[in-house]
Amino acid sequence: MNQNILTIIIQLAYLVASVLFIVGIKMLGKTHTAREGNIYSAVAMFIAIVATLLVQEVLSYTEIFVTILIGSAVGTYVAKKVEMTQMPEMVGLFNGFGGLASVLVATSEYWRMAHDANIAMPVITGVTVVLSVIIGAVTFTGSMVAYGKLAGKINGNAITFSGQHPLNAILFLIMLVASIFLVLDPNNDIYMIAVLAIGLLLGILTVIPIGGADMPVVISLLNSYSGVAACFTGFVLNNQVLIIAGALVGASGIILTQIMCKAMNRSLVSVLLGGFGQGGSSAAAAGGGSDMQVKEVGVEEAAMIFDSASSVIIVPGYGMAVAQAQHIVREMTELLEKKNISVKFAIHPVAGRMPGHMNVLLAEANVPYDKLIEMENINDEFANTDVCLIIGANDVVNPAARTNPASPIYGMPILNADKARTVIISKRSMASGYAGIENELFGFPNALMLFGDAKATITKMVGELKEM
Amino acid sequence: MSIENLIVLLYVLVLASYVGFELIAKVPPTLHTPLMSGSNAISGITIVGAIICAGPLPGEFPLSKILGMVALFFATLNVVGGYVVTDRMLQMFKKKK
Repeated sequence: MNQNILTIIIQLAYLVASVLFIVGIKMLGKTHTAREGNIYSAVAMFIAIVATLLVQEVLSYTEIFVTILIGSAVGTYVAKKVEMTQMPEMVGLFNGFGGLASVLVATSEYWRMAHDANIAMPVITGVTVVLSVIIGAVTFTGSMVAYGKLAGKINGNAITFSGQHPLNAILFLIMLVASIFLVLDPNNDIYMIAVLAIGLLLGILTVIPIGGADMPVVISLLNSYSGVAACFTGFVLNNQVLIIAGALVGASGIILTQIMCKAMNRSLVSVLLGGFGQGGSSAAAAGGGSDMQVKEVGVEEAAMIFDSASSVIIVPGYGMAVAQAQHIVREMTELLEKKNISVKFAIHPVAGRMPGHMNVLLAEANVPYDKLIEMENINDEFANTDVCLIIGANDVVNPAARTNPASPIYGMPILNADKARTVIISKRSMASGYAGIENELFGFPNALMLFGDAKATITKMVGELKEM
Repeated sequence: MSIENLIVLLYVLVLASYVGFELIAKVPPTLHTPLMSGSNAISGITIVGAIICAGPLPGEFPLSKILGMVALFFATLNVVGGYVVTDRMLQMFKKKK
């Protein structure tokens, strides 16, 4: 009787947690409620954890509390220390940990069932264990490779070798066969080890051929996987809250993946097959002659152009964040506004290295978020704008995406920066962007190149503007 | 697990996925990074599974328990780190001072 009441309380607590997760995610969708929404979701997690601790099978509280304490301390430390530019790799890393936890839970549950003489593992459980292990394993190693690439710990370019796709296909088939044997004969550990090992290997092999520009897609997709992994773990343990929370994350990751693919005009399949962005030299040759004539502009002259403008749009790219120029750019924005010049930021969906990354980088520099305008909403405004300042962005303003069917980025939606009356491009050199192609915009009659480190040049410009 | 039970869980999965798609399709691009790290923290819900696996006394199946404990560590890291960093990001989103 007592036991029944406890079970009901636990189930109700899981229900409350599930509702709070949903409400939390809903609130995360509006800027003014987002922070609160995140807290709702954290409270949901807390309720789920406490309810689980009440389950009577939990006997070893001390070890559990110590482990949670250490995990929390490490997690908090990492979360407080991480730079906003490093967000993509941190999300990648945490994704991987989530995947790893799912694998371990499924393996643990498998081990207990397979080695308990009193339980015969039902086929349904076998299937859910296999799915949970595979998805968790791919999420874990795939995320680790993505983390390594983003953090520059391993070569960030697409790594391809001949026979890559056939190898993956063969491994997948072997894994499938081993999975079937495991379900039919769950007490045989060798099949379990085979499934686990191949899953881990496939995670690595499927992410290494994906290079630089496509990483935002991969991070979103792995985010989705980590949710799906949690979801299947829920099936293994017969636990609804895992399924609901996992499904929410899975859906969120898939939507972000689609948005990223659309923003780059790439299909998910072509991203996953990999290899983009490594045919740099041949693409450059196809992208038009390199005898492009560019006009340079000095800091002083550029400052004068800004001073006489009445509207300015800034197009920030990841290069701006690399140069740590966002704070000085904000200062310049305030200065221009004092001179009654309207300033807006045009944000391309793939600016930065993960969905929405540029918004966070600018928010950190105290740029109010209502100044950050999405591509669709600002693209018509460029034609009526006096000056467009491009800082550290390249492919997202390359007109070849509109005009040159031979270009690898043809069809990608871009910011119409070239339509502004004057375009000033702050750039270190003439080097090409992620896609490895030349940008014909730099040779346009209304384009002026402002060479030099973004932070140094904008700092000088702020100095000039102050004196005007 | 019985078939009936599985069907109930599938219902939960399909309905929760639908709610997820509906809610997240409306999130503006400004909030995509916090959404990702916040949902990342939610995917650490596996912590519940980890507690269940780490729960029993180390008796009959020590390996199960060890795996559960390791899972618990990584899931906690995922959950706590994810929420803290999301909060850090969201507090930076301000309108004009």
